Amino acid sequence: MMNTRNNEGKNSALARKAGKKRKASYGMKRSTRFEKIYLGIIFFLMYLPVAVVIIFSFNESKLPVRLTGFSLQWYEKLFADSAMMEALVNSLILGVASCAVSAVIGTLGAVGLSRIHWKTKGALEYISILPLMIPEIILGMVLMAFFYMLNLPFGMLTLLIGHTVFCIPYILMEVKARLVGMDPSLEEAARDLGATSMRAFFDITLPLIMPAVASGSLLAFAMSMDDVVISIFINGPRLSTLPIKVYTQIKTGVTPEINALCTIMLAFTVVILLVYSLIKKLKRKYK
Amino acid sequence: MRGKISRSKSSAKHTHATIGMILPLYIFTLIFVACPLLYMVALSFATPGEVHGVQWIFTLDNYRKILEPVYLNTFVQSFQLAITSTLFITLIGYPFGYFMAKLPAGGKKKAMLLLMLPFWVNSLIRLYGWIIILQKKGLLNFVLKKLDLIQKPLKIMYSYPAIVIGMIYVLLPFMILSVYSSAEKLDWSLVEAARDLGASKAKAFWTVSFRLTLPGLLSGVILTFIPSMGLFFIADILGGNKVVLVGSLIQDQMTRGNNWPFAAALAVIMMILTTLMILLYRKVTNAKEVEGLG
Amino acid sequence: MSDSFLELKDLKKSFTPGEYVLQGINLKIEQGEFVTLLGSSGCGKTTTLRIIAGLEQPDSGSVWLEGKDVTNLEPNERDVNTVFQNYALFPHMNVADNIGYGLKIRKVSKADIRKKVKEMLELVQLEGYEKRKPAELSGGQKQRVAIARALANNPRVLLLDEPLGALDLQLRRAMQLELKRLQKKLGITFIYITHDQEEAINMSDRIVVMNQGRFEQIGTPDEIYNHPKTSYVATFVGNANILKGELVGMDGTVAIRSENIILDENCKQGYSAVVKEKNFAAGQLRVLLVLSDGTEITASRFGMNANIQPGQQINWYFDLKNAVIVDNAKGERL
Repeated sequence: MMNTRNNEGKNSALARKAGKKRKASYGMKRSTRFEKIYLGIIFFLMYLPVAVVIIFSFNESKLPVRLTGFSLQWYEKLFADSAMMEALVNSLILGVASCAVSAVIGTLGAVGLSRIHWKTKGALEYISILPLMIPEIILGMVLMAFFYMLNLPFGMLTLLIGHTVFCIPYILMEVKARLVGMDPSLEEAARDLGATSMRAFFDITLPLIMPAVASGSLLAFAMSMDDVVISIFINGPRLSTLPIKVYTQIKTGVTPEINALCTIMLAFTVVILLVYSLIKKLKRKYK
Repeated sequence: MRGKISRSKSSAKHTHATIGMILPLYIFTLIFVACPLLYMVALSFATPGEVHGVQWIFTLDNYRKILEPVYLNTFVQSFQLAITSTLFITLIGYPFGYFMAKLPAGGKKKAMLLLMLPFWVNSLIRLYGWIIILQKKGLLNFVLKKLDLIQKPLKIMYSYPAIVIGMIYVLLPFMILSVYSSAEKLDWSLVEAARDLGASKAKAFWTVSFRLTLPGLLSGVILTFIPSMGLFFIADILGGNKVVLVGSLIQDQMTRGNNWPFAAALAVIMMILTTLMILLYRKVTNAKEVEGLG
Repeated sequence: MSDSFLELKDLKKSFTPGEYVLQGINLKIEQGEFVTLLGSSGCGKTTTLRIIAGLEQPDSGSVWLEGKDVTNLEPNERDVNTVFQNYALFPHMNVADNIGYGLKIRKVSKADIRKKVKEMLELVQLEGYEKRKPAELSGGQKQRVAIARALANNPRVLLLDEPLGALDLQLRRAMQLELKRLQKKLGITFIYITHDQEEAINMSDRIVVMNQGRFEQIGTPDEIYNHPKTSYVATFVGNANILKGELVGMDGTVAIRSENIILDENCKQGYSAVVKEKNFAAGQLRVLLVLSDGTEITASRFGMNANIQPGQQINWYFDLKNAVIVDNAKGERL
C-alpha cells in the first residue's frame, strides 16, 4: 500500500519536472545577451544607492565622494547621540507594542471571520484592510484630526493606535490566507473529542496558524519601524521615532552619521528578512 | 457542499465564543478606521475657525477653494508629475518585467529575490542614497568631472528631474512585478506559432506578446500612478520646495496652515480619485483573468 | 421522553430558507446496533450525523440519548464521537497525542493515557506508531488512527462519516471486515454513513435508505435488498429495473433485479423485446432490452452467450416471487 502510494508521488513529481523542461525548451523563450545586460544595469542602479550608503558609512572623510580610509567614527558618533538613541528606543517599543496588539486583534478577528456568515462580514473585512489601500498621508491626517477631536494627548498612545491601524491588515491577511487552507473539521474533531470551543482554538487552530501569525507580525513590525508619513502627523511635539529622525536629518542635509544609521537599519532589515524566510520554510515543512 | 454545511449555524456557546473573537476587531476598526474617515468627510464640509479650531457650520467653501488657481495648480502639478513618472516607469519597467519572465527558472528566482529585497528597505534610506549620488558635490558630479564630461557640476538635486528619479526608484518594482506576473503566464508557444505563420520578430511581439501582457502593463500603470500622487516626502527630500504636490499641500494645511477643513476637502478629493483608480484596477485585473481563461 | 437508546425525533434542518435538507426524520436505534445511513450525496445523511454529534443544531426536533434530551448539548458534552470523512487528524500532534487528546482533556493521568493509547493502537493493529506524525502515515493507517482516537474516549455511540471513502477498493474491503469485527468486539453502537450499497449490506444490522432529506426505508440488509418498499430503494440498492405493472399483468410499479430476468432466445415464453446492446464484464453478460412501450430494462446472467445479437427479437420472463410491487396502482407509495 505504502509503496504504491510513494511510487505515485514519484511519478507525478517526474511528470511535473518533465513538463517544466518541455516548457522551458521553447525557442522563443531564450534570454538574449542584450536582455541580460539590460536586467543587470537596472539591478545595478537599484542597488547603487544602498551600496553607496553602506560604503560611505565606513569612510573616514566627511565628504561622500572619495574613499579615504576605513573608519568606525560615524558609528561612534551615532551611538553617542542621545536623541538618536532615544528615537531608536521609542521605535522599538512602538514596533513591539503595536505588533503585539495587532497580532491579538488581527488573529482573533481572522479566525472569527472565517466562522461567521453575517451580512456585515464583507464590510468589516473591507474596512479593516482599508488602511493598506488609502494613501498614507490621508490616513495620517485623518488620525491626527480624529485624535485631536477626542482630546487624546499626542505621543506614544496615539502612535500606538495609529500603527495598530495599519499593522492589523498585514496580520489579518496572512492569517486569513492560512485559514483558507485549513480543514474546518480539525477544530470540530477537537470539540467532538471533548474540547470546548475555547480549548479547541488554543489546542488546534492556534498552533496551526502560528506560522502565519509570526510572519504577519514580522511584516507588521517591519512596517512600523519603517513608517514616516503616518507617524509624523501623530507623534506630537516631543516624541520622535527613528524614521522621523532620519527624515528630519535628511531634509537638513547629508551627514556621515546618517550613513551609519541607515547601514544599521539595513542590517536590521536583513536580519528580519532572514527570520521571515526561515518561518516560511518551517511553514512549508509543516504542510 | 460539505464546507458550506460545516460553516452554518452552530450551537449557542460556540457562537458566543466566535463573537468574542471578532468583537475587538469590530470595535477597533469602527472606532479608529471608519470613524476617522467619516470625521474627515464631515470636516471637509465645516467652516475653518481660528487656529485649527473648527466651526460646525456647513459650507462648500473648502471644495470651492480647491478650484482656486493656486490649489488647482497643485492638482495639475501632481497629475503632471504622476504622468511623467508613470511614463518613465513604464518605459523602464515593462521591458524589465518581460525580459525577467524569459529567464530560466533559477534565474527568475534570483531576480525575484533581488527585486523584492529593496521593498523591505526603508524607502528613506534608499532615497538618501540618491542624495549622496546626485548632490552638487556628490558622486555623480565627481565621476563626470573626472571623466571630463562636464566642466560645471550639474544641479540635479532639488529639481524636477530629481523628484522624477526618486519616484521611478521607489515605484519601479510595482510595475515590474505586475508586468512580470502576466508575462510569466504567457504561453510562449503562441509566439512561436506566430513566427511559424510568418510574422517577423517585432510583429510577433506586437501581435501576441504585447497583447497578452497588456493587462499586466495596465495594472502596473495604476499601481504606480496612485501612490505617485501622494508620496510627498519624495518631493520634499529630493525636490526641496520646487514642486508642491497634493500630499505636501495637505500636510502643510494640517501642520502650518491650520486649515483642517480645507485639508480634509483635499483628502476627500484624493480619496475619490484613488477609489476610482482602484475600481479601474479591479476592472483591469478582472479582464486579465478572463483573458487568462480564453 | 424516549425509551430507546438513541432516538431522533422529527428532525428538520434547512440551510437556505425554504430548502429542507432534513424534512422531519424519526429513527430509533438500540444499544450495540450497527446502523448505516445509505444515500447519494446531498441526501442529508451527513447533516443527520452532524446533528447527532452536536456539530449542527436542528431547526426543530430533538435528539435523545439514553433517555436524555441532548439536542442542546455542545459536542464536547455528549458521549458521542466521530470518525471524520477526511480523518481530521491533528497535523501538529503525533499519533499518540492524537489518540490521547480526548483523555487529556478529561484530565486522565499521563500513565493512564499512555496505557490507553497502547491498547487502542493494538486494537487497530498499529503497535509502535506512537511517535509518527499524521503526514507520515498512509491513508489506511490514518483511518485506523482516526478510529482509535474516537474510540479512546469510550463513546456510547461512534459516528462514522464515509470513513472508507478515500481508500482503494482492496483496502476498503479489508477495512469493512475489520470495522465490523471491532464493533462486535466492543459492543458500541455504530452509525455509519456511506453511499456504497455493498458496504452497507456487508456491515450493517440495519440500513436506513435516505433520499432528499427523508427516510425511504429502514430495515435489515435482507429486507432492503429483497423487499424494497419504494422504487428509489429498489434502484439504489439493487440496481433493479422499474416497469409499469400493467405490462406484466400486475398492479402499480414493479421492481425486478436484472439477474432475475430470464431470457428466452427461442421466443417461446414470456414477453417480447428487442435487444439494444450487450456488454460483457466481470463474468456477467448484461443485455439491454427495449420493451414494446419503449421502456428499457437490463437482464444479466453469468457466462458469455455469443448467440444474442443487438437488434434481435427475444423473449423474457421472471419468477413472480422475484418481482416486488413498490408503488400501488394509484402511484402512491405503499
